[in-house]
Amino acid sequence: MLADETFCVVACDPEFEENSVANDTPIGIKSFGAYVPRRRLQRAAIAAAHQWAFPALKALGKGERSMCSWDEDVVTMAVEAARDCLKGREADPIAELTLASTTAPYADLNNAVLVAAALRLPAATSAADAGGSTRAGLTAVIRACHTSCAADCLLIASEKRSARPGSVQELQYGCGAGALVVGHGEGLIATYLGAETVSVPFISTFRAAGEDFDYGWEERWIRDEGAAKIVPTAVKRLLERVQRGAADVALFGVAGGPPGVGTLLGKLAGVVADRVLPDLQGSVGDTGAAHSVLLLVAALERAKPGDLIVIVSFAQGCEVVAFEMSAPATSHRGATRHRGLAGSLAERIEESAYLKFLSFEGHVALDWGMRAETDSKTALTQLYRSSDQILGFVGGQCRQCEAVQFPRMPACVKCGAIDSQRPFALADQPAAVATYTADWLMYTPAPPLYVGLVQFAVGARLLMEIVDVGLQGIEVGTPLNMVFRIKERDRARHFDRYFWKASPLLTPGET
Amino acid sequence: MASGIKDKVAIIGMGCSQFGERWDVGAEQLLNEAFAEAIADAGIGRAQIGAAWYGSAMEKSVGNSAIPLSTALRLEGIPVTRVENMCATGTEALRGAVYAVACGAVDIALAIGAEKLKDTGYGGLPSISKGTLNDLWMPYCSAPAGFAQLAAGYRAKYGVSKEDLKRAIGRVSWKSHQNGAKNPKAHLRKPVDMETILKAPIIAEPLGVFDCCGVSDGAACAIVTTPELARALGKQELVTVKALQLSTSSGREWGLSDWDGSYVQNTRNAARAAYREAGIKDPRRELSALEVHDCFSITELVTMEDLGVSQDGRAWQDVLDGVFDADGKIPCQIDGGLKCFGHPIGASGLRMVYEHYLQLQGRAGARQLADPQLGLSHNLGGVPYNGVCAISIVGVEGR
Repeated sequence: MLADETFCVVACDPEFEENSVANDTPIGIKSFGAYVPRRRLQRAAIAAAHQWAFPALKALGKGERSMCSWDEDVVTMAVEAARDCLKGREADPIAELTLASTTAPYADLNNAVLVAAALRLPAATSAADAGGSTRAGLTAVIRACHTSCAADCLLIASEKRSARPGSVQELQYGCGAGALVVGHGEGLIATYLGAETVSVPFISTFRAAGEDFDYGWEERWIRDEGAAKIVPTAVKRLLERVQRGAADVALFGVAGGPPGVGTLLGKLAGVVADRVLPDLQGSVGDTGAAHSVLLLVAALERAKPGDLIVIVSFAQGCEVVAFEMSAPATSHRGATRHRGLAGSLAERIEESAYLKFLSFEGHVALDWGMRAETDSKTALTQLYRSSDQILGFVGGQCRQCEAVQFPRMPACVKCGAIDSQRPFALADQPAAVATYTADWLMYTPAPPLYVGLVQFAVGARLLMEIVDVGLQGIEVGTPLNMVFRIKERDRARHFDRYFWKASPLLTPGET
Repeated sequence: MASGIKDKVAIIGMGCSQFGERWDVGAEQLLNEAFAEAIADAGIGRAQIGAAWYGSAMEKSVGNSAIPLSTALRLEGIPVTRVENMCATGTEALRGAVYAVACGAVDIALAIGAEKLKDTGYGGLPSISKGTLNDLWMPYCSAPAGFAQLAAGYRAKYGVSKEDLKRAIGRVSWKSHQNGAKNPKAHLRKPVDMETILKAPIIAEPLGVFDCCGVSDGAACAIVTTPELARALGKQELVTVKALQLSTSSGREWGLSDWDGSYVQNTRNAARAAYREAGIKDPRRELSALEVHDCFSITELVTMEDLGVSQDGRAWQDVLDGVFDADGKIPCQIDGGLKCFGHPIGASGLRMVYEHYLQLQGRAGARQLADPQLGLSHNLGGVPYNGVCAISIVGVEGR
C-alpha cells in the first residue's frame, strides 16, 4: 500500500500554514538564478565510445548533457547560480544560505560556508548544507517557505552527478545548479501556496557513503510501481488543500524518475498535457538535487501572473510544492540581465571528446608527465587571512590615490601608501583581455592553458586563467566575466584551491 | 651624486664551461670547469681571491646557501655569498663582486654562476612556489606563456599581422642558430632553416619550439680587481666594467592599466641608467655588440626597442632587414645567445659578459667581430610584466 498514513508525513503543520499563508505577509520567491556548465557533451559520442560493448546504448545517444570542466564542482556551480540570482539585489540582506546537494565536495567542511564566502555574504549569515537525497533541493525550498525568519533566505541546489562509464546513467545524468531567494512580504515573484510530502522507503537508486556511483533498480518498476502510484496522489492532496483543481495547473514539472515520467505523471494527475515542463533531459540531463529547482526556475521564466506552478521531486517518496505567480519574473528584476536557465542553455560549447569527459571526471588517468607532479598544498593559515581576497575576489582601493588593485598588499601599487586600502570587490566588475597566450607547455587538465592580463574597467589588472574559450577564441579587448573555479587540485590531501578565473562572453548559440 | 662604476673595476680572468645537456657531470664539475679557465686566464692563485659571489637560481639543482660553491671550489675562510634574482642571477653575482672591489672591501673578487637544469627529468624549467599568498591566486603558466603575451600586446599596439610577427620572431631564432653553429661551447650548434622554424609545434601561442631557448647545464665565471692591481699583475688593454644596472618590478605593469604589453619597462629603466653610467648617448651607433636575454624570440625582438637600438614599432622590420645578424649593423647574440649557447640560469649573465670579454680581446675565433668597442649584455628574470632586468656594459679601458 502506498501513501499509507503510517508512511505519510505532511511537512507543513496546518496551524503554521494558517498563520503564514492566510495572514497578510505571504511568503514566496523573490529572485531566481541558474547555472549550467557551458560544455555540452553529445550523447551520440558517449554511445559511440561504448558501441563495441553496449550497442543498445545507441538508442539513448540523442541530445546532449551538461558536463563540468575539470575545475567545476558543486561549490563553484552553486556560486554561479547564486550570483545570477542575487544580481541587482546586492543591498538586500540574506539571513540564511542553504546548499542542497548529494555530491558536495566535502564531507566535513561546511560547503555552504565556501559558497557564502565567494558571494561575500556577511559572516553572520547562517550557512548550512543539506543533502541525503536528490529531493533535498525541493525539501530545502519548502522548509525555507515555512521559515518565520524575517530576512530573506538563499537556497541553492547544485549537483555534479557521477556515473560509471558505460552505464545508462552516464547518458542521463548532468550537472548544474539553481538558486532562489525566498522571503516574506514585498517583492514576491511567486507566492508559496503549500507543499506535500510522502516519505516511503521506495529505493529507486542509492549511493552508499564514500562510494562514487549510484546503484539503480529497473526503470519500469520505478515508473509504474513508484512514481505513478506515489506522485499523483500527493499532487491531488496538495491541490485539494490549496483549493485548486488539476486543470488550474499552468506549469507542472517532475524531477527524479526515468526520462519522460513527467508526462505520465501529469496525465495521471489530470494536468493538461501541454502544461508539463520539458524535463531538460535533451539539453542538460538529470541534475539530481538541483533538478527540481531548475524546473522551478524554468517555470518562473515562463509563467504569467496568476499561473499555478506545481513542481515534484520524486525520491524515496516525493516532495510536491505549489506556487502562484504573482508578478512577471521581469518586474522585480528591473534592467539587470539575469542569465537564468534559458540563458544558461544558450551559452553552450559543444563537446564530443568522450575521453576529455572521462579525464575531467577522473575516470581515466592520463599521463600528464612530470610537470603535473607539483605539490599544491594550501597553507590554510594564509587562506584564512586572505579569504576575502581569494574566495570573495575582493581587492583594494587606495584611499589616497583611488587606484583599484588586486591583490590587496600592504602598500598601494600606484602611490605606495601603506595600509591605505579599503576593500573593493572585483567579481562583478567589467573586464577585458589586455594580453594573452595559449600555453601548451604548463600542466593543466584542460590544455591549452589560456592565460593573460585581465584589465578591469575600474583600473585594476591581474594575471588570470581564462576558461571556457569557445571556437571564436580571444583577442586583446575581448570582454570577460569572472567565474568562481577550482584553481588547483591537491591530489595528496584533497583540499582544492578555489579562486576566480575569467571567461569570455559567448555569442549565444556559439558551439 | 653617485659617480657610477665606469672604469673602476677590471675583469682579469673569465671562464665558461661547455653548455648543454651535461648528463655526465654535476654542478660541482661545471663550477670547477669555469673556475679553472678563469683562474688560469687571470694568472692568479686561488688564495688571492678575497671574496666570492655565487649565482644559482634553482635551489633544487645545487642546494641552497653559498656552501655548495665554497665546497666545490674549496674556498677556505673567505666570505662567499649566494645570490638569486631569477634569470638576472649571473649578473647579480657579478654586481656583488664588482661592487666589493670598487668600494675597496677586497682586492680580488670572484663572480660565478651555475645551473644544473638537466636533473629534472623533463625539458623546460621546473615550476616553483610563488609564495603562500600568490599560490592561491596566481596562475601557474610556463615561462614561454609569460613572454608570449608580449606578442599579443605588440601586435595590438603596432597593428602588425600575426604572420609578419611570426616571420620576424622566426628570423630572430634563425640568426642565433647561424651564430651558434660557430661556437664550440654552444649547446645547439646546428643552423636551422626558416621553414622548419615556422612550422614547429606551438609551445605558447605564437611561440613554437624554435622560438624558445635551450635549457642547459653550465657555469661561467669572472675574476675582477681594480685597474691598478690588474696592471700590477701585468695585464694590458684592460676590459673594464662601464655600467652595471638593475631594475625590478613594483607590480605596476600587471597591477594598473598603463602598460600596453608591447615592451618591458624594466629593460627601459635599466638601459637608461646604464647608458648614463657608461656615458653612452646613441646606443645604436656606439654599441658594438649585444648579448640580450633571448629566452624567447619575441623577447629579443621587443628588447631591441627597449634598448633604443630600434625605434618603437620598428624592431620587427629591423630584424627582417638583418640589422642584428652577424654581418649587420649591431650583431646580436654573436655567440648563439640563450637560444643556442644555452641558458643555465645562474650562469647566463656571466656567459654574456664572457663573450664580450673574448670579443674585446680578439679571442672569439670564427665568430670574432671587427674592432668591437662596447658590448652590452641584458638579462630578464620573471615575466615581462613582473620581473627583473640586469644590464652590464663592458669595454676596453680608456676607449
